[in-house]
Amino acid sequence: MEKNIFNKYTFYWILTVALFYLAIQGLISANILRAYYQSILLLIGINIILALGLNLIIGITGQFSLGHAGYMAIGAYSAAITLKYVNGIQGLILGMLIGALITALIAFLVGLPVLRLKGDYLAIATLGVGEIIRIIILNLDITNKAAGINNIDRLASIPLIFGFVILAVIVTSNFKRSALGRACISIFQDEIASEAMGINVTRYKVMSFIFGAILASFGGALFATTYSVVRPEFFGLNQSIDTLVIVVFGGMGSLTGTVVAAFALGIINLLLQPLGDTRMILYAMALIAIMIFRPKGLMGSFEASWKNFKLRKPKLAHGKVNE
Amino acid sequence: MTQFLQQIVNGLSLGSIYALIALGYTMVYGIIKLINFAHGDMYMLGAYFGFIAITILKLDFLPSLVITMTATAIIGIMIERIAYRPLRHSTRVVALITAIGVSFLLQNSVAKIMGVSIKGFPMDTLPTQTWHIFGIVITLKQLIILVTAVVLMVLLTVIVQKTKVGRAMRAVAVDADAARLMGINVDNIISLTFAIGSALAAAAGILVGVYYNSIDPLMGIAPGLKAFVAAVFGGIGIIPGAMIGGFTIGITEVLISGYWSSMFKDAIVYGLLIFVLLVKPSGLLGKNRKEKV
Repeated sequence: MEKNIFNKYTFYWILTVALFYLAIQGLISANILRAYYQSILLLIGINIILALGLNLIIGITGQFSLGHAGYMAIGAYSAAITLKYVNGIQGLILGMLIGALITALIAFLVGLPVLRLKGDYLAIATLGVGEIIRIIILNLDITNKAAGINNIDRLASIPLIFGFVILAVIVTSNFKRSALGRACISIFQDEIASEAMGINVTRYKVMSFIFGAILASFGGALFATTYSVVRPEFFGLNQSIDTLVIVVFGGMGSLTGTVVAAFALGIINLLLQPLGDTRMILYAMALIAIMIFRPKGLMGSFEASWKNFKLRKPKLAHGKVNE
Repeated sequence: MTQFLQQIVNGLSLGSIYALIALGYTMVYGIIKLINFAHGDMYMLGAYFGFIAITILKLDFLPSLVITMTATAIIGIMIERIAYRPLRHSTRVVALITAIGVSFLLQNSVAKIMGVSIKGFPMDTLPTQTWHIFGIVITLKQLIILVTAVVLMVLLTVIVQKTKVGRAMRAVAVDADAARLMGINVDNIISLTFAIGSALAAAAGILVGVYYNSIDPLMGIAPGLKAFVAAVFGGIGIIPGAMIGGFTIGITEVLISGYWSSMFKDAIVYGLLIFVLLVKPSGLLGKNRKEKV
């Protein structure tokens, strides 16, 4: 890899991102992308951030987490409460920082003991943690119990969410390619072998867990300022599952897949919207069919990259979760 | 003391429900290592079949119970055939998502067919007899729940431990490939496991319908999770473990609601689960397996 980050590939990426952004803005000013579609675009962006975080934990480190919504809730409530005292964008940033701090602390305290568990046991333990976080929020005064917090400042806009999505993509893809990320991938493939190679398994597991949790809290904060209302029931198991579906549908460990899957699922949901209550039945059937016919997800372990443009095979093949 | 015993009595009936659902979880996990997230919805289906049998077909409790268990067992077999069999050799997370898909499918199909609103069981399905023993109130419904649950558990234990089919089930759980070499039809045994598990969940569903008089399409989610916690608590894959886990969770929950706050009961149940997993990851009755390199 070149030491200089200002090589032609970086340039290509900046160009791609800028073109994509201009395309969205163009569609908005041409009045094709109406307010309703814009709100769906915001949701897709938030889902990308959430799913990238979960992909770090599940797809790259191979630790099965079902408690993502809990960390999202912490981020959402931190932003909502901070925005009551500090207005504007600086309030949101401050809220996100506070949320990230709390999330990191909890993820550390939880991750250290819980990440010793494996596979299904880890899934159920993280599910328990997520539910405990939600129940605590449901019972605190500062979070206004079951009624939740209403009238949160609406600061979310296409540029803001777009910026955070790009940030999340850059951070996660660099994570994946760093020494840290490689250690995590090796833990996924064979934990005992990695330990024998001198990798401090617990440390890397906890680090990727904290990393993913912080991304979830950012996603939560953006969610709060997009919808202007947070309630404990938003952050139940179903939210964790929605995010998990994006990760698996896109292909575990593939960050490109996560982004593509978030768009695909957002569009599928939009197309099924007019069908009313048959929508969920079709969605469920589609989910089962996808898992049966394309269990590796849309992208498998493929990553889009300008370097791969000459159709080079992806270097890293992934193993199964904890098997 | 009276109050404490009263809570225990209430906890026993709730615990029987959890134990019945947990048995299905544990049997399916034991045999194909799948967390069947749709299992809570089999319990919901059971409640709806029971509702149809009692209010529309005007049957008595016992024939309704039999019909419900049979119908749900057939659906359980169909789900395994269509959704889970093609995925038997795929990764855990893929199988888990498929199970979640099945769960969504069942919930939304029932909501579409029967309506989203809460349906009420007729109050007079069972006589509302109550007894007062040393100041403890015991209702006939509670007694019937406990007796039905215990009878079904005994029946299950006899099937698994004493019959040829049960021996085949245990063999498949230990090593499916070796079992196949011994001439066991593994696919049929797995179908049978799903049938039995679904039938037990259905029994729990109709019992809850009769006890609380109200059912809705999403009623399976929370008890399904609790029952799963119960199965892991007792040691997943172990049948007596699921029974112990179910009763423990049921009684704990009732005691916490009775003496402290019902708001925190779920948090305590999950906390207990995490504690057990950390101290003894294989559950109360599970054996620790050493990791082999």
